[in-house]
Amino acid sequence: MRVAIAEDLFLLRDGLTRMLEAHGLAISAAVDNGDDLLTAIRDDKPDVAIVDVRLPPTFTDEGLRAALQARKENPGLPVLVLSQYVEQLYARELLAGGTGGIGYLLKDRVFDSAQFVDAVRRVAAGGTAMDPEVISRLLARNTGDGSLSALSPREREVLALMAEGRSNAAIAQRLVITERAVAKHTASIFLKLDLQPSDDDNRRVLAVLAYLGG
Amino acid sequence: MDPARRENDQVPPRARARRGVVAAVHGVGLFVIALAGLGSLALMLLSIAGPAFLAGFAVAGPSWEGGTYRFVLFGSAVLALATLVPLLITATLTMMRGLANVTRRLSADWCGVPISAAYRPRPANRGIRARLGWQLTDPATGRDLLWMVANGLVGVFLAAAPAVLMFLGFLGLTRRVFGGGPFAGAAGPLGGDQFEWLVVSLLVMAAGPGFASVLLRGHALLARAVLSPSNAAELARRVQHLSQTRTETIDTGAAEIRRIERDLHDGAQARLVAMGMTLDAAGQLIDEDPRAARALLLEARDNSAKALADLRNLVRGIHPPVLADRGLTDAIKALALDTPATVHLASDLAGRPPAPVESAAYFAVSELLANVSKHARASQAWVDIRYADGMLKISVTDDGHGGADPVHGTGLRGIERRLAAFDGVLAISSPPGGPTAVTLEIPCELP
Repeated sequence: MRVAIAEDLFLLRDGLTRMLEAHGLAISAAVDNGDDLLTAIRDDKPDVAIVDVRLPPTFTDEGLRAALQARKENPGLPVLVLSQYVEQLYARELLAGGTGGIGYLLKDRVFDSAQFVDAVRRVAAGGTAMDPEVISRLLARNTGDGSLSALSPREREVLALMAEGRSNAAIAQRLVITERAVAKHTASIFLKLDLQPSDDDNRRVLAVLAYLGG
Repeated sequence: MDPARRENDQVPPRARARRGVVAAVHGVGLFVIALAGLGSLALMLLSIAGPAFLAGFAVAGPSWEGGTYRFVLFGSAVLALATLVPLLITATLTMMRGLANVTRRLSADWCGVPISAAYRPRPANRGIRARLGWQLTDPATGRDLLWMVANGLVGVFLAAAPAVLMFLGFLGLTRRVFGGGPFAGAAGPLGGDQFEWLVVSLLVMAAGPGFASVLLRGHALLARAVLSPSNAAELARRVQHLSQTRTETIDTGAAEIRRIERDLHDGAQARLVAMGMTLDAAGQLIDEDPRAARALLLEARDNSAKALADLRNLVRGIHPPVLADRGLTDAIKALALDTPATVHLASDLAGRPPAPVESAAYFAVSELLANVSKHARASQAWVDIRYADGMLKISVTDDGHGGADPVHGTGLRGIERRLAAFDGVLAISSPPGGPTAVTLEIPCELP
């Protein structure tokens, strides 16, 4: 699998490159600004692009705009956006296309390289990787009006992990329960929230996110 | 053409007539105020002239009553001048100031002619001498006095004219209809013809409401000419306002820096210290007990994540990233996404206001939206951002239970203080039972 990286801080760019290479991923390009990333993607299309939100020259949301632009030029191109902070507004903009292959994570998540590489692989495969902080804020906002009060605490945990974009197997492993139990919980959640059940993992995640983002 | 008149042209005749009658009634009110002004003027003159006259009488008057009487008379006059007169003077001056302020308000409310006031701030000392000194040295007091005179000589006629015209017309009509009244014996203006009497009476009666708004406007303009503070007074007031808001801004800034220092000290700094210690312990254990060392390393990693989270929250409180990235509209959009209530956002902001204004407006809205969910228990809120005529206007309305009190709410007071640094203002309407509507206005340039 080939990865393009756009990160302006040399230490982080270098660290990311080494970490991904250590996990057997190839780096197709490592650049420090949005324009170079777009050029690199045009020249040599990677399987996934990892982009920092804040990039030169403006040091605002340059990276986010580059990511959205890259996806416009290459529909379906998996993009993982990294940031020092996560904003629901930006999560929404990334998800607005309604297609998968989107990740939005805090930079801290690179501390756990196994999990991080798992997220990269998931996004590259067309899945979703939303930061737990985005999800917890979405859940906090939705508990207020009681729409989630019908869920049991366990179901809420499953919902949060599902919204992050994790598969049933990953959820089972995380909560130390069987996959069948996870499947039972998800079925119950979809019933209670009145959502269309779907076998496709990614469609399922997007439905949940759309529901929470309401 | 001024807006009031242009507006008048589009009003249907009936509403115009009603408006004229209302203006005539307002005129009566202004007339009464002018009389009260004359009254207070007279009272003040009497309170000075009375004892002065007594004293003069005691000194130079006829001597047939003997020395004791003269002494008592002189003594009481001096006593009155020393005690009662200052009291009466400050009382009448206070009354005049009140009347002038009523005129200011009514000119703005009824005629659309705002008149600013620039009285010097009230002294801390509440004694009669301090109070008198404060009133007598204020140039605005002279303008109050002048207004009482001008209003009594000219203002009264402008104010009373519409009602008087209506009354005269009415008297003329009563003569025509009932054949009585004060004009019973008079001949008609065109030789006693009854029909002409009727026409003239009606015309006179219509002239009252017809000219009422013009006359009242004249009254208001006269009031403005007399009561408007001089440039120097206006500047003095401005300087006073600026030094007060500057002090508050500096205080707020200093408090903010202390809070940041404390947050860093208790948060990220403490975690980094803990991390260093954990790493050191891990380094010592790594050879003899790799498993324990590994656990410590994981702990250090968690601590670094927590330190980052602390810093993130701190940054959010200083300068929210979305505000820096995208500006006010998107930053408030992001805020809305984090608010439990459903927030409807409308914005016509084309450019970006100066960064300090943007930041002040953002934190004001942030505080208001927090109030919406915390205090008002509202399910919906509306945020409206507009820019017109050099003024950034933001209104936040909710469907909650109202009852927000700017006097007791430290949050609202804090917003007010922060906005004051930009000459911004905050207006709150929050009747018990709701809804709460808060509007903030900040003058600024939009590039």
